[in-house]
Amino acid sequence: MTETFDAIIVGAGPAGGAAALKLTQAGLKVVLLERGEFPGAKNVFGGVLYRKQIEDLVPEFWKEKGAPIERSIIEQRIWMMGKESCTTIGHRNEAFKEPMNCFTGLRVKFDQWLAGKAVEAGALPVYETTALELIWKGDRVVGVRTDREDGDLYANVVVIADGINSLLGKSLGVHTEWKPDEVSLVVKEMIALPREKIEDRFNLEGDEGATVEFMGETSLGMAGMGFLYTNKDSLSLGIGVMVNDLIRKGIKPYELLNSVKQHPTIRKLIQGGEVKEYAAHMIPEGGYHSVPALSGNGWCIAGDAAQLVNFVHREGTNLAMKSGELAAAAIIEAKKRGDFSAETLGEYDRRMKESFVMKDLKKYKGMHHLMKKYDSSLLFDKLPQAVNAAAYTMYSVDGIPKAEKQKQAVRMIIDAAGGTLNLLKLGHKGWRSING
Amino acid sequence: MSPKMTITDRLFTIRYKSDDAPHLKIKDEWLCANCETQNCTYICPANVYEWNSAQFKLNVSHENCLECGTCRIACLHSNIEWKYTLGGRGIAYRYG
Repeated sequence: MTETFDAIIVGAGPAGGAAALKLTQAGLKVVLLERGEFPGAKNVFGGVLYRKQIEDLVPEFWKEKGAPIERSIIEQRIWMMGKESCTTIGHRNEAFKEPMNCFTGLRVKFDQWLAGKAVEAGALPVYETTALELIWKGDRVVGVRTDREDGDLYANVVVIADGINSLLGKSLGVHTEWKPDEVSLVVKEMIALPREKIEDRFNLEGDEGATVEFMGETSLGMAGMGFLYTNKDSLSLGIGVMVNDLIRKGIKPYELLNSVKQHPTIRKLIQGGEVKEYAAHMIPEGGYHSVPALSGNGWCIAGDAAQLVNFVHREGTNLAMKSGELAAAAIIEAKKRGDFSAETLGEYDRRMKESFVMKDLKKYKGMHHLMKKYDSSLLFDKLPQAVNAAAYTMYSVDGIPKAEKQKQAVRMIIDAAGGTLNLLKLGHKGWRSING
Repeated sequence: MSPKMTITDRLFTIRYKSDDAPHLKIKDEWLCANCETQNCTYICPANVYEWNSAQFKLNVSHENCLECGTCRIACLHSNIEWKYTLGGRGIAYRYG
């Protein structure tokens, strides 16, 4: 294999699939590399995909037979967990049906579907092939060395979309190893349950779906978030916690998952289900400040490999797809000019900056610092517990006058924060951190 | 469904194609023997790393690896050489 391509895409996930599709549609010669047995084989996510960024790639994809859609989400819930309690907020709206806002999916299906679109458009799929290293000529990336015999591939540009571990990205030197406070580890189970049970338990009809994110006591004092999503005939249940907190606490991730499954609110929703698959994956959590330079001489980097996750809104695959699409746009322009230098490919960085991707990451750029500054046990344990205790007090009818109850409830929250001043400071810092 | 699945039960749910050449390697075993925290022995979601006190060494069951990469980041001594499994080998999720 010593052919020369316009572009080599390393990794057939959402970022790589999107880039490959856009490039081949523009008539470029593209090879799509994937180390797994098939696209998606190594990939895990919570389970929510967003219509808009997929539609930008494949118009009206939801009308297709076999579109990789589990359930279209009409309700999103947030649960603040106490030990055996839970305080909830959420939003349910029939308007989410038309147009569909987001839907649940499974990565093995979705990634194969998206990569399949690129292959239909003319990309050359080279799966079951691992990219070992980049091939350089001077200060330019000119290709990829694979583990196939005579497996050197050459191209004008290499799109590095090899996921969170991004060994190729690290070899570039644009980012070094992630620090434990820049990544979280998620453990997840796919729990099969008859669809009628899912619809009854979550108040759904037909292919409607609901999502739940939960935080609090369930992460055992660590910074983290759990999720429970409805698929057609299964539930995706998982929890992600910051790796620095896992190290500090010394808790085994699957024991954390065991404990989540025993929370009474969750236990009753999953009971009778059968675990079909256990999975684990890291999520980029560094936010705005962890995103590296996105392009250079002969290369672009996209998706998880570039830390493109908005952890506040649990958006990742859509950011990945948008980054792949915008990298492709810059490469198409570079092809027209016959110039694949850092200067030309820098168009990708510029387009990203103008897109919702970097604007959203910038908005929340203070969050990472906030989490660093505050002990996780305050935000993820003491405060959620106090909220639940306060709610319990307010809802209990026990002969104590309401004014007194209200005082008690407010006191619980103030005490958890370490006093009125600290609570105000936290509120102020919190507000600033989400409006960077 | 048993609420307390063991890690062995869980690993049985995942498809693997074993890689003959281990993709995980301890760079310096002496460092592990003298490591106070041994983060890898609890942080791994597949229990790949176990301290064998009889042999005084770290057992690495690379064939159980879910390829998440957390061990590499959590190791205080950057003592784990973590490579991608070779093409088509390692885990292949059925749902993901």
